[in-house]
Amino acid sequence: MKLPKHRYGRKLNFQDNVYNFFTTITGLTIFNIEFFKQAFLPPYEIPEVKKHMDELGVKTFGIVSVTGFIIGLVLAMQSQPVLTKFGASDFLPGMVALSVVRELGPVMAALIFAGRVSSGIGAELGSMRVTEQIDAMEVTGVNPFKYLVVTRVIATTMILPILTIYMIVIAIFGGYLAILITESINFRYYIDSVILSIEFGDFVPGVAKTFVFGYIVGIVGAYKGYTTEGGTEGVGRASTTAVVLASLLILIFDMILVKITLWLWPTLG
Amino acid sequence: MIEIENLSKSFGQLVVLDNISLYVSEGENLVVFGRSGQGKSVLLKCIIGLLSPDNGNILVDGKNIVALNLKELNEVRKNIGFLFQSAALYDSMTVRENLAFPLKRNFPNLTDKEINDKVEYTLELVSLEYAIDKMPSELSGGMKKRVGLARSIITDPKLMLYDEPTTGLDPITTKEISELILNLQKKFNMTSVIVTHDLICAEIIADRAIFLKDAKIAYEGTIEELTKSNVPFLKNFFSHELIKA
Repeated sequence: MKLPKHRYGRKLNFQDNVYNFFTTITGLTIFNIEFFKQAFLPPYEIPEVKKHMDELGVKTFGIVSVTGFIIGLVLAMQSQPVLTKFGASDFLPGMVALSVVRELGPVMAALIFAGRVSSGIGAELGSMRVTEQIDAMEVTGVNPFKYLVVTRVIATTMILPILTIYMIVIAIFGGYLAILITESINFRYYIDSVILSIEFGDFVPGVAKTFVFGYIVGIVGAYKGYTTEGGTEGVGRASTTAVVLASLLILIFDMILVKITLWLWPTLG
Repeated sequence: MIEIENLSKSFGQLVVLDNISLYVSEGENLVVFGRSGQGKSVLLKCIIGLLSPDNGNILVDGKNIVALNLKELNEVRKNIGFLFQSAALYDSMTVRENLAFPLKRNFPNLTDKEINDKVEYTLELVSLEYAIDKMPSELSGGMKKRVGLARSIITDPKLMLYDEPTTGLDPITTKEISELILNLQKKFNMTSVIVTHDLICAEIIADRAIFLKDAKIAYEGTIEELTKSNVPFLKNFFSHELIKA
């Protein structure tokens, strides 16, 4: 796999930035193709995938809990006065649930995951690259792309949907507490309202797109780390650009996937 | 053991190796000298297939590295050890895991006990058995080099490539590491190619030395021949090295 090289090391002009933009697109495309070529070939490195899933899950569990809770709480607090004004406060549990399940949960979980994990993978692989650890792996006859990249990308793809479902549950609970502050509401009634307002077409596309987001987080972090150049400065650059690029791609793919979802389930619109 | 024919390698406009031919016999220790940026490490990386040459052939044990696919290349690499300048120990693994890694990957039939015994034996060879459960961040520069050396020889390679094995070490540790390399080479009858600036290291290890200059092998001979040469460039180079030593 030969990847095009970015221009670094001097003050970049407009042409350099355009060149780097297309280099990233080309490099990322080649990297994706290599991933699919190698992901289905043995050895499958299942213990490594499990190890990364465990690490990544633990790493993001806390921040996903806090963010999910706050999103649910704030969403309910902001919406409650408006809905009450129009005499539609009964719809509040359903509104919180629908917003969180269809859009806020998947996208927020993915963006937090990108911030925490994409940068982590970029920095880890980047430092392995500049300290010749990836070369050391290669000379011992181990395929570093398979061992380092494929395992991490599979792990991020598998773990993000689980984190998203967890975040949705926490956010719905946060919404309940927000309502409870201002009015008395039975928890059973709240949960029944939530369940009644969510349909298959709300839940499945919302969670399904997080597989794509998880893949983006993994592949972008791994690409930036694996192709790091320029010593410790390069590691910092890899880590930062991984977050920016992953977040941007998550939002772009969200737009595309929402359009596809509405095309497949027109009633959702 | 190694036969290099008309090897050339450039990076953009910069010609690093220009039509180099070289032969290293089995059991020989060849030292590669040269100023910084003269292509010494590039030569090693071409030999192990980390860099692809622009032209030429590299035969290791009769197999042309340049013409092999990745699977075949990995088979050849199992018989080659490579000690990196920075030792390149895996940060996230202990010393034990670092040494066990190439064994587990290349010899899947070995039991955990066999791997553990081999790791302990190899660490004894480099006198670091007490550091077996330490992390690389807890080791000194010299210890890292020793662990890197142990990891390189754990698969019993026939050929060892050393990229600046003593850079950054004090003269006493340099001598210790150089003697260790020589002892291991004699014990296991390995062929070695050593890239270095270090005259102490070269004097202890080398059977023969080459000097890379302007992308070519400019001088060749024993260490004594090179250090006592009347060529002004060599005189200048080695006088600086002696002052440093």
